[in-house]
Amino acid sequence: MKGQILMGLNGDEASAYATKQVNPDVVAAYPITPQTIIVERFSEYVADGEVETEFVAVESEHSALSSCVAAAAAGARAFTATAANGLALMWEITYIASSLRLPIVMAVANRALSGPINIHNDHSDSMGARDSGWIQIYCENSQEVYDASIAAWRIGEHPDVQLPVMVCLDGFTLSHTMENVLTLPDEAVRTFVGERKFIRVRGQSGETELRLNPEAPLTFGPLDLQDYYFEHKMQQVDAMEQALVAIPEVDAEYAKVSGREYGFIHPYMMEDAEVAVMGLGSTMGTVRHVVDQLREEGVKAGLLKLRVFRPFPSKELVKMVGDLPILGVLDKSASFGAPGGPLYEEVKTAFYDEAERPLIAGYIHGLGGRDTSPDLIRGVFESLLGVYERGEVRDKVSYVGVRQ
Amino acid sequence: MSELTMREAARKPDALAPGHRLCAGCDETIIVRMVLKATRGPIIVTSATGCLEVSTTIFPYTAWNVPWIHVAFENAAANASGIEAAWRAMRRKGSGPLAKYETLDVVAFAGDGGTYDIGLQALSGALERGHDFTYVLLDNEAYMNTGIQRSGGTPFAASTTTSPAGRVIPGKREWKKPIDEIVIAHEIPYVATLSAAWPIDVMRKARKAFEATGPAFLHAIVPCSRGWRYPEEKTIEVSRLAVQTCFFPLYECRLEKGRPIYELSAGSAAVAKRPESKKPVVEYLEIQGRFRHLFRPERREDLIKNIQDWVDNRWEMLLEKVG
Repeated sequence: MKGQILMGLNGDEASAYATKQVNPDVVAAYPITPQTIIVERFSEYVADGEVETEFVAVESEHSALSSCVAAAAAGARAFTATAANGLALMWEITYIASSLRLPIVMAVANRALSGPINIHNDHSDSMGARDSGWIQIYCENSQEVYDASIAAWRIGEHPDVQLPVMVCLDGFTLSHTMENVLTLPDEAVRTFVGERKFIRVRGQSGETELRLNPEAPLTFGPLDLQDYYFEHKMQQVDAMEQALVAIPEVDAEYAKVSGREYGFIHPYMMEDAEVAVMGLGSTMGTVRHVVDQLREEGVKAGLLKLRVFRPFPSKELVKMVGDLPILGVLDKSASFGAPGGPLYEEVKTAFYDEAERPLIAGYIHGLGGRDTSPDLIRGVFESLLGVYERGEVRDKVSYVGVRQ
Repeated sequence: MSELTMREAARKPDALAPGHRLCAGCDETIIVRMVLKATRGPIIVTSATGCLEVSTTIFPYTAWNVPWIHVAFENAAANASGIEAAWRAMRRKGSGPLAKYETLDVVAFAGDGGTYDIGLQALSGALERGHDFTYVLLDNEAYMNTGIQRSGGTPFAASTTTSPAGRVIPGKREWKKPIDEIVIAHEIPYVATLSAAWPIDVMRKARKAFEATGPAFLHAIVPCSRGWRYPEEKTIEVSRLAVQTCFFPLYECRLEKGRPIYELSAGSAAVAKRPESKKPVVEYLEIQGRFRHLFRPERREDLIKNIQDWVDNRWEMLLEKVG
C-alpha cells in the first residue's frame, strides 16, 4: 500500500508508535525493563499533545491492569504494557479482564520471571498467563510488533470475541533492537481500528450495550456461584473458538490496508521438508537463517513459526505439518515437573488423534536470555536428523545451550 | 450544583434496591444509600470485594440501580482511576459514550480490609495522582465477609477470629491505624468522617465530596451486628455512641491554600461545645460482645483505661487541629 513510511524503530517503539496512531482513551502503565521504552515513548506523545489519551501513571502493574479493566468497562479503549514480574503482579486481574470480556490490549516485552531475578528474554512470563483467557500473539520482529499492535484492537473487539489481547515481543532481542518498520499513515490506522463498538446484552433495564452506562445500568463483576460460573466459563471457551475464525478475518482486512499478510502459523521451506523446527518469537529468525544454510548443504529443512499461541490453531498446525516426518519444538520456558515445555505439550496434543503424525521432540532453550546461536539451532537440527535415522525419539525433551 | 436539599434527596430514587442479602441491621446499606442520594447526576460505582459486593450481586440478581463494577479486593481506587480517566479522555476527544456528561460522580466503596490493608497502595496511588473521585471507606473494623478477622482498622482489645480474646492475650494488641491522617497527608481537597446516626450530615458531606475537584475521602463508621456482637436493632445506637464517646469523631478536613482546615461536625461539634456531654468510652464498649472480655469474668480496668486514654488523647489532638 502506498503512503507507508519506513521508520527505524525498536520493538518497544513500534508498539508505542502503533498505539499512538490508535489513540486509545486510556493508557495505564508502570515501568519495568524491558518494556519501559513503551511507556516512556507514549508519555512523550502525551506530553507533546500527539494523542488525546489519558495516561495514568499508576503505582503498580496491579493497578495498571485494574485501571484498564474499569476504563474498558466504562467504554474506553485501554492499553497497558508490562513484562515478567509486572505481569505476575497483574496475574489476578488478567483472569478478571478476560472473564469480564474486555478487549484491552497489552504489550508484553517477554522477560524471564524471577527468581533468580533476571531482566533478559524468555517466555516464562506470558506462558504463565497462558490459561488466563487472553489471546496471545508472538512477534518475530519489530514489523510484526507494529502490525499486531494495530490488529489486536480489531481482534479483541470483534463482536464474536470480546477478549483481551497480549502482543508478545521478546525482551531486548526485539524490544531494544532497532529495525526497519513500514508504518501506515495515521489516518489509515484510525480508519482501520474505527470507533469501539459494543455488543448488546440483556441487563436489568432490558437490552443494552455492554458497558458501564449511567442511563442503562449494568452490574459488572457480580458474585457468580455454582449455578452460573461454569456457563460463563463456557462463554469464554466459545469466544476463544470464535477467535480462531475472527483472527484470519481481521488479518485479511489488515493485509488489504498494509500489504502484509499474517496467519496463525508462518511456514518456511515446508513444501518438501523432511525435518522442521517450530517455535515462537525472535528465535525463529535464527532458525530461518540456519534452514537456509542447511538447504545449501542439501538438507531438506523447514520451519514453522507460530504467531498465535492462544487460541491454539491445532487444525491449521496439523494441515501445515502434512506428512513431515520429524518436528522439533522449541520452548523458551520450562514447566517444572511437566512432560515438556508448554508449546511442546500443545503440539503433541494437537497430533495425538492424527493417524499420520511426525515424530516430535522438544527443545527448551534460551532461559534467562541465554543466547540461542545459529550453532545451537544447527545442533537441534542434527539431533532431529538423528531421530530421523533412528526412527524414534529417545530424549523427548532436551535442554539446549545449558551447561550440564 | 450546591448544598444538598432534603427535598432533592427525598426525590432521588435509591441507588441500591431492597432484596439484597446483607444482614439485618447492617449499616453498610444505610451509608451507601445516603451517600448516593447526594450524587449530582450521572454516576459510576465500583466496589472492592467484601460484604457489600457479595451480598448485593449474586448472579443473576443485582440490587444496583446504577452502573456498578467489582474487579477485585485491593483495587477499588485503581478502578475509580480508570473510570475517571476514561471519562476525562472521552471529554477531551468529544467522542465516546461518556463524552456527553459534564460531571461524572465516580464512587468507590471499600471496607476496612480493602482500605487500611490490602488496598492502601492503590488508594495512595490514586490520591497522589489526583483523580476526581470519591472513595467511601465502610469501616466495620474487621474482615467481616470472611468471618470477622482483624484488620488494620480493628480497635485495640477487640476480639476477632484472628485476634481472639484468649486466656493470655485479651484481643487485638495493636491500635486502630489512623487512616484519616494518612489520607489527609496526601493533601487531597476533602476528607470527612460519617456516622449513620447523623444522616443529614452524611448526605451533606457526600455532596461536598462529589463537588470537590480531585479525590475526596469519606470514612464511615459502620457497626456490624454479627462482628461486634450487639442486637441488630441497635446499629444506629452504636453508631451514635461511637461519636458521643469521641471514639469516632465526626469532622471534615478541607484543603485551603495548601493547608488542611479541620472542622468538627454534628455530634462531635456538640461535644466540643459542651465537653461535659462527652460520654465515657465504657458506654460504647459494654454494649458490644467483641469487648465482653473487658467486663467478664472480671472487669479489666487497666485495658478500659488504656482505651479511654487513647480516645482522650486522639480527641485532644483533633481539638488542637480544629483550633
